[in-house]
Amino acid sequence: MVLLQISEPGQSPQPHQRKHAVGIDLGTTNSLVALVRSGMPETLADQEGHHLMPSIVHYTDEGASAVGYEAAEFNISDPLNTISSAKRLLGRGVSDVMKLGDQLPYEFQGEEAGMPKIKTASGLVSPIQVSAEILRNLVTRAEASLDAMLDGAVITVPAYFDEAQRQATKDAATLAGIKVLRLLSEPTAAAIAYGLDEAKEGVIAIYDLGGGTFDISVLRLSRGVFEVLATGGDSALGGDDFDYAIAQWLCAEIGMGDSLNPMEQRILLETAKAAKEELTESDEVQLEVLDWKGALSREIMDTLIEDLVAKTVRACRRALRDAGVNVGEIDNVVLVGGSTRTPLVRKQVANYFEVEPMCSLDPDCVVAMGAAVQADVLVGNKSGDEMLLLDVIPLSLGIETMGGLIEKIIHRNTTIPVAKAQEFTTYIDGQTAMAIHVLQGERELVDDCRSLARFELRGIPPMVAGAAKIRVTYQVDADGLLNVTARELTSNVESRIEVKPSYGLAEDEITQMLQDSFSYAREDMQARALREQQVEADRMIEDLEAAINKDAEALLSDEEIQCLKIGIEELQQLRIDTLEHRVLARQIEALGKLSESFAARRMDASIKNALAGQSLDDIERS
Amino acid sequence: MAITMTSAAQQHVRKHLEHRAKGVGVRLGVRTTGCSGLSYVLEFVDDALAGDEVFEFDEVKLVIDPKSLLYLDGTELDYVKEGLNEGFEFRNPNVKDECGCGESFHV
Repeated sequence: MVLLQISEPGQSPQPHQRKHAVGIDLGTTNSLVALVRSGMPETLADQEGHHLMPSIVHYTDEGASAVGYEAAEFNISDPLNTISSAKRLLGRGVSDVMKLGDQLPYEFQGEEAGMPKIKTASGLVSPIQVSAEILRNLVTRAEASLDAMLDGAVITVPAYFDEAQRQATKDAATLAGIKVLRLLSEPTAAAIAYGLDEAKEGVIAIYDLGGGTFDISVLRLSRGVFEVLATGGDSALGGDDFDYAIAQWLCAEIGMGDSLNPMEQRILLETAKAAKEELTESDEVQLEVLDWKGALSREIMDTLIEDLVAKTVRACRRALRDAGVNVGEIDNVVLVGGSTRTPLVRKQVANYFEVEPMCSLDPDCVVAMGAAVQADVLVGNKSGDEMLLLDVIPLSLGIETMGGLIEKIIHRNTTIPVAKAQEFTTYIDGQTAMAIHVLQGERELVDDCRSLARFELRGIPPMVAGAAKIRVTYQVDADGLLNVTARELTSNVESRIEVKPSYGLAEDEITQMLQDSFSYAREDMQARALREQQVEADRMIEDLEAAINKDAEALLSDEEIQCLKIGIEELQQLRIDTLEHRVLARQIEALGKLSESFAARRMDASIKNALAGQSLDDIERS
Repeated sequence: MAITMTSAAQQHVRKHLEHRAKGVGVRLGVRTTGCSGLSYVLEFVDDALAGDEVFEFDEVKLVIDPKSLLYLDGTELDYVKEGLNEGFEFRNPNVKDECGCGESFHV
C-alpha cells in the first residue's frame, strides 16, 4: 500500500507520477539526508533512529564493508582502512594532500594526473569513491523511507569550493548512481531552510560551527539571487576544541599529570563532551570521573571556552570587512552546526552582530533541510512561480592573451548559469592554430592565477594577422562547471573542452588569491602595462624589419637605413632591460617618429604603384 | 455518510498545517485516473468550496466534495510508519480491487 503525503491545492500527483528528490549535506564529519514531506522538510533517520551519519567508510579486502556508525567502530582497531574526512581531499591534488598529511593517518599514492588515492586493504581508493559510498548509503536510506526510487538530489558544498572540488563532488554522486539536480552552497542552503529567500533583499551572515571546522559566510540576497560576498573561518576550530578545553580543566581539577594514557584521555574527553551538552540546558552539572567527584558550572565552562569563541568572532569581523559590509547592515544571522547550541556562542554571536540569531531549526539539520526544499522545487513538485535559486561563481574565469596577461571573460560573483563570448584574432600572418589557456583568479598575470585547462584550436585558414575571428565562449552550468568553446567564424572550425581540473584549491588559497588581487593591485597594473608595451614593441620591431627588408633599398639612403636599424636595436635592448612601461612607451614612440618618413614614402610608393598606367578619368570614375 | 481519522493522522495533519501557516484543513478526494480507474487526492485546503462536506476532528477539518464522498464513505484516514517509510493511508471499505502498488483502485 502506498503511503500518501499532503499536496498543495490542485497539485496532487498522478499515480506513479510522483517525483522524489532529496537534499544531501555531505559533511566532513557527518552527513545527512532530508526530504520534503507534505510541504515540510525533515531529515531522515536510519533504523536505529540516528539522523546524522558519520562520514566514515571502512574498507576490507572485499571492498567497502561498512559506512557510518558501523565504520566508526573500526576507527581505533583499524585506522588505516577506516577513512574519514574524505571531503577535505575531494578535488585536491597530490601536493595539496601532502600538506594535509600530518593531520591524516592514511598512506597516499599520487597518480593519474594528480588525483591522490588512499592505500587500503581493498586496494587504492580515491576520495571520490569514499564520498560515493557515503552518498549511496544516504540514498538507500531515503529510498527505504520513500519506498520509491529517487529522481534526483541536491548536494551541498562549501561556498569556497572551486571548480575541481565541485566537479569531484558531482563525480562522487555519479559514481553512486545519483542524478544531481544541483550543487548548492551550504550557507545558501541554510538561508533557504529559514525561508530567507522569500525576502527580496537582505544581507545574511551564516555562522557555521561544527565539530572540527568553523565557517562564516556573508551572503547578499538581491532579486532572488544569493551572492557570496565573503567567506572565512578556521578549518581547525570547532566543538571538539571546547571538549578539549573542558577536559584540560578536569585534568587539573583531578590533579592528574600531563602523561595520561589513551584510555584516560578518552574518558576525560567523553565526560567533557557530556558536560558541555548538559550545560546547554542547565546551569551546573555534577561530574564523576574515575575516583573524582565535582561540579562544573556554566560560568566556569564559559571562561574555559571564551578564547575559542572570541576567535570565531574575530573571523566574523574579518569576513564582514572582506565583504565591505557594516555590522548594522546584517539583517539576519543563521546558526548552523551542532556547536552553536552552546549558550556562550549564541550570546557572543548576538552581541557581535547586534541581532538575535536564527536557531529555531536543529542546527545540525539546517543545511540538509534547505537542500531538500530546493530539491523539491527543482524536481517539479512546486508550482512554477516558486523561485529558482541561483548561485554565483567564486573566482573570475579568464583566458590568456599575448604577453602572459589575463582577459577576464566571466567576472567573479556572476550568477550562474551563464555564457559569455569574446572575439579574439590571430597575431601572426598565416597563423593556423591558436592555443587557448583557461584560467581562474583575480590577478592580471597568468603566473598569478590558477590554470584550469589548455587546448588548441587547429585548422584556422591562413589569413593575414588580425583577419581571423575566433569566438571563445565560456559557459558555466548551474553547478558551476565550465565548458569552453573556441570557433573560427569564417570557416566554422571549432574546438571545445570541459574543464575538469585534476586538483583543487584550498579555501585559504582562494582567500589568499582574492586578497593578493587587492594587495597587488598596483603591481598588477604596472605589470599589465609593461606587458602591453612589450607586446607593442615586439610588434613594431617585427613590422619595421619586414618593411626594411622589402622596401628600404628603393626608398631610403644607407644612412637612413642605418639610423632605423640602430633605433630597432635600441628598442630591442630596452624591451629586455626595462621594467618601466613608460620608458618603453617613450622609446616606441621615438622609433615611431623615426620611421614616420619611411612609412610616408612607402605609402606614396604604393599609391604610385596602384595609379601607374591609369588615366585620371579612370580613377575619378571608380 | 461519514469518514473518520485516527489520532496519529490528526496529529500529523495539525503539524503540517501549522508549518504551512495557512489553510483551513485537508481535502480528501477521488479522481478518475491511473492504472486501475480511481486514485486518491490529499491536499491542503485554503478555501472550502460550496457543496463540500466538512468533518471536524478536534479542530482538524477534513473537506470532501459530495461526489468523492460516495467512493470514500466509511473511510478511515490513518498515518502509518512502515519501516523507514511513513505517510497517510486511506482505509477504504469500498475498494474491490487495487493495482499492485495501491496508488489506484476501483470500487
